[in-house]
Amino acid sequence: MSTMTAPPKSVASSSPVGAPNEASRPQMQIVVVGHVDHGKSTVVGRLLADTGSLPQGKLEAVRRECERTGKPFEYAFLLDALSDEQDQGITIDTARCFFKTAARDYIIIDAPGHIEFLKNMISGAARAEAAVLVIDAKEGVRENSRRHGYILSMLGIRQVVVCVNKMDLVAHDEAHFLRIEQEYRAFLSDIGAVSPKQFIPVSAIGGENLATRSTKMGWYKGPTLLETLDAFALRPGKADAQFRMPVQAVYKFTKQGDDRRIIAGRIESGRLKVGDRVVFSPSNKSTTVKSIEAFHAAPRTEIDAGWSTGFTLSEEIYVTRGELMSHADQPPKVSTRLRANLIWLGRKPFMQGRDYKLKLHTMATPVRIHKLLKVIDASEVAGQLDKDHVGRHDVADVILETRSPVAFDLIGESESTGRFVIVDGYDVAGGGIITAAESDAQDDLRAEARRRDFNWVKGAVSASERAERNGHRAALVMFVGKSGSGKHRYGRALEKALFDQRHSSYLLDGSNVLLGVDQDLVWVDTTQGELVRRFGEVAHLLLDAGLIVVSTTNAIGLADFGAVQALVPDTPTLAIEIDSEGHSAQPCDLRIKGDEPEADVTAAIIDLLIKRQILGK
Amino acid sequence: MDSLDQLEQQSVYILREAFRHFERLCMLWSIGKDSTVLLWLARKAFFGHVPFPLVHIDTSYKLPEMIAYRDRLALEYKLQMVVGQDADAIREGRTFPATQHLPDGHPDKLSRVDCCGILKRDSLKGTLQGTMPRKRMNLQTGQYDPDPDREPYHGVIVGARADEEGSRSKERYFSPRDKNNAWDVGDQPPEFWNQFKTDFAPGTHVRIHPLLDWTELHVWEYIKRESIPTVSLYYDQGSGTRYRSLGCGPCQAPIQSTARNVDEILVELRSGKLRNIAERSGRLQDGKHGLEELRRDGYM
Repeated sequence: MSTMTAPPKSVASSSPVGAPNEASRPQMQIVVVGHVDHGKSTVVGRLLADTGSLPQGKLEAVRRECERTGKPFEYAFLLDALSDEQDQGITIDTARCFFKTAARDYIIIDAPGHIEFLKNMISGAARAEAAVLVIDAKEGVRENSRRHGYILSMLGIRQVVVCVNKMDLVAHDEAHFLRIEQEYRAFLSDIGAVSPKQFIPVSAIGGENLATRSTKMGWYKGPTLLETLDAFALRPGKADAQFRMPVQAVYKFTKQGDDRRIIAGRIESGRLKVGDRVVFSPSNKSTTVKSIEAFHAAPRTEIDAGWSTGFTLSEEIYVTRGELMSHADQPPKVSTRLRANLIWLGRKPFMQGRDYKLKLHTMATPVRIHKLLKVIDASEVAGQLDKDHVGRHDVADVILETRSPVAFDLIGESESTGRFVIVDGYDVAGGGIITAAESDAQDDLRAEARRRDFNWVKGAVSASERAERNGHRAALVMFVGKSGSGKHRYGRALEKALFDQRHSSYLLDGSNVLLGVDQDLVWVDTTQGELVRRFGEVAHLLLDAGLIVVSTTNAIGLADFGAVQALVPDTPTLAIEIDSEGHSAQPCDLRIKGDEPEADVTAAIIDLLIKRQILGK
Repeated sequence: MDSLDQLEQQSVYILREAFRHFERLCMLWSIGKDSTVLLWLARKAFFGHVPFPLVHIDTSYKLPEMIAYRDRLALEYKLQMVVGQDADAIREGRTFPATQHLPDGHPDKLSRVDCCGILKRDSLKGTLQGTMPRKRMNLQTGQYDPDPDREPYHGVIVGARADEEGSRSKERYFSPRDKNNAWDVGDQPPEFWNQFKTDFAPGTHVRIHPLLDWTELHVWEYIKRESIPTVSLYYDQGSGTRYRSLGCGPCQAPIQSTARNVDEILVELRSGKLRNIAERSGRLQDGKHGLEELRRDGYM
């Protein structure tokens, strides 16, 4: 017991009887990171011991186990709960443990420093509100000290304290400590990462400057680790920011005799009142909030950030998971191109020209690299790499392109709606933050659609009433391909098949728009852009009438699909490409050669419409 | 918003993510306080409904109060209640209690851990995969009928908490299990913010842990705040003992305690004699590495 110091008076490890309910005590998650063997687990073990937070007998049990196996006792053993770790002597995952001070309760996430386990370190750090980064005074700044510093910054952790550990091994030398602080601050500033709030010289093994002030480093006048942590702010309330709620699900438990149609999700920022006018992006649908729903809770008319809640709306509009709910006058950004900083963890590199899945708040959509601006090895000083892909553990500055427009915010404006992950196959392989919205050529059309939709004069029949009568939702199926490739033939077959199944379908051929709506253009100054815009607006009217519009036109190719899509943001769209040579690499929903029987192609498209829940089963 | 609200709201978010991504989803209900809090949170998440089955693995050694309580709540909350059991092992006496009379070293004699392996781990695997018969409560009669559904579950919600014991602190909110139900602790997917592992290869499944950040104290505080009904075994009924953690009768020792209600348990946990004693100390099968090995192999 000789190395164990009694907890200082200021560190209350238990509440007296009759103390206020524990639930009202603030709680903070902190992560401990740093290079392998720099002493993270020792820092944590020592914090637990010095705040009296260990279960009775745990310390003694570990000491006994050490005696039995002839190993010298280490505080780190307290955390190495799994046999793997004790065998290899390294932390392989983020162990969680709890301690409390007079100020608040802490959950410590002890993150592994070994490069193999970077994804575990990230999992731990992504949940934290503050971070302790440990650097070995003797070894100095190493690869993972740098990499972890960058990652903390990218993950949005603004409260970082650096413990320069093992000061006992460098004779508690002040100049040595200051050199490390200077070197590390310079590195972070070079790569644009946030600089730590505090550097503290500590010796975890001797418990110096963690819970109790060191007597051997009188030159250090700053706070101890515990004092620093207690001074960190709890995550600031986001209730005063712009209102954002990604739609997580739309629930209707009709079978259980519950007719409420509830739009569910977590409010990421801002507040909402019953009666507020809200819009959903990217669909531009808007209505007012009718009620706030909850189970076993007092009824309320106002709710704010942090709550996983649900609303009913005054009109039955179709909204789906992945849309972003906001107030009408403060909508989010919508684009198919996002500039981002990301870190890649996948075994296979992040390649150009390949499809991945982007998960951004509750939205998931296919994504590709549009442009790779910079690839960096964040473990090196001046680590820019000359690569055409993003390798494992690399970080990158990229422009991503999504198949359909997504609603988002920039990381500086709204944290939770400005960050994303990328899925490769079945696994999350990378994560990042959105630094800018890139222009994607459809900005003007999207702005036009937004103005139009916000001011749309609605009829007496709602889209959901039409859908109920028709037995399907409105949708746009666009056939694209060269002149003479068979677009019209397949389009007619689909229109007829849908009609025969009692659906409301309509074939919109571009030539017909040209003959009438575009009369003035044809003879004057025909621009492709204006043709596409008019075609899209005509399609929008037919879609608003609830039809499944089958479009065939020579004037509009796959490249214009995005433009048409931007004009009908609330409608599911399918692109069917006819490509007899098999050269096309553009993303589409179905690609055919043009020699398939019409009935087969029609059946395949109807399957897609069922899968997308446009048609019922 | 206090800490209990924050925990509740995060758990609700996780439950909704699970329901969205797993068509074959179930929740394990051990009848204990943690998974009962989980059941309550599901009703919060889905506005009073529980839109997936609850699965209970009945070793036949559960205390009778637990079974009565399970069936009462299942009827009251209109739950899709599914029960799995290795009836063969129980009938053939391949259990710890049934082999105690055998001399030490006898090949058929089973330890407590062996018994957990058969009646809990393997029964759980078989029930989740649908290779073992399931029974389902008929809400009209209150009786259990054979469950015609034999499809495997791909998402399994469990009430594990990180503070319970070492190996549980390594779990993610969404932790994958491979084809053999095994848990590769050293190679788990990253969990960025609230983006979870929701894509999975055929044959594998994902364990979902909405209570990971809760402590035993939070659980009792929440039970108190929400007035959640719990099994009477948690309270002293006059004998001066009560159960702190519920398992099978033969392997579960009650603790010395005179706490008669939730308030008295809270006093005991905050300041009384239990403050620094591990919760599972009454579980006789845990021992060194016992639980961890069972967990790697598919135990919950």
